[in-house]
Amino acid sequence: MGVEQKLANMGVVTTTLETAVNWGRTNAMWPMLFGLACCAIEMMGAQSAHYDMSRFGMELMRPSPRQSDLMIVAGRVSRKMAPVLRRLYDQMPEPKWVVAMGDCASCGGVFNNYAVVQGVDEIVPVDVYVAGCPPRPEALIHGIVTLHEKVRKEKFVNWA
Amino acid sequence: MRLVEPFLELMTGMMTTLKMLVTEKPVTVQYPEEKKAVKPRYRGRHYLTRYENGLEKCIGCALCAAACPADAIFVEASENTDEKRFSPGDRYASTYEINMLRCIYCGFCEDACPTEAIVLGDNYELSFTDRRQAVYTKEMLILPVPQGGAPTPQVTEPGKFTRSVPEMKDPVD
Repeated sequence: MGVEQKLANMGVVTTTLETAVNWGRTNAMWPMLFGLACCAIEMMGAQSAHYDMSRFGMELMRPSPRQSDLMIVAGRVSRKMAPVLRRLYDQMPEPKWVVAMGDCASCGGVFNNYAVVQGVDEIVPVDVYVAGCPPRPEALIHGIVTLHEKVRKEKFVNWA
Repeated sequence: MRLVEPFLELMTGMMTTLKMLVTEKPVTVQYPEEKKAVKPRYRGRHYLTRYENGLEKCIGCALCAAACPADAIFVEASENTDEKRFSPGDRYASTYEINMLRCIYCGFCEDACPTEAIVLGDNYELSFTDRRQAVYTKEMLILPVPQGGAPTPQVTEPGKFTRSVPEMKDPVD
């Protein structure tokens, strides 16, 4: 208390540590590629030149969970894939986020049957659900912008 | 001595790169700021439409719910009266819900609708932080009352709106 106001009067830009940390997290959120079905094609499209997710600091799709912050579950998750997904999620270092891309990852979509997990939020905590079958690359980027807004509002007190 | 040749070849290749850098325009669409227009037949978020007098086109027949392959639509119909009229005919949709996360945007509901009440728009920006937010209710889906129309429920004269499906001028269309 006190020093921020004084520095601001002197023309120095001050910020809270929370804002700085959240800014850093939103601008270098490396996604892990978890393409399981047709949504993965749109995810590749979002990475390519026309949409270019590297504008958001996401140029690297890491195939390794230990180097990634964001898991984009793109596609329907079968019951056999579910333990693998959970294992890879557990291997990701904190802080970590999950985007359920498309209808199938969000709630099973059109595959309302015994073989497909009815939404990945049964096994991992999902931050943002992106609707569409499959979502356009723009829709995925809109989901990521929604996630960025959510991350910017995160508080230290809520950290586990 | 092959010293100059590889260098020349490299330069030839780099000239192409340099030429492209100068002549080619960038293809990237700066998405959140600048949006590419969708194709005319694109199917996005749904809307429930109204007639020019403000009455709702949806008559609560639930054919859209029957046609839906993902079971994303829920319709519940109630009785219309002349004192409280929402749509032409006997019934109207008192509850109309679409789960945007279930919907696969196939447009079968649009095809099944006998009154052309439900249309798929061009909005694709559907991201939710909670699954509960994805259920769009009738209030969210219905378009505002057009100019010169009255909001529903309306008080209408008896015997005027008995037909729930409008008469078609050209039945082939």
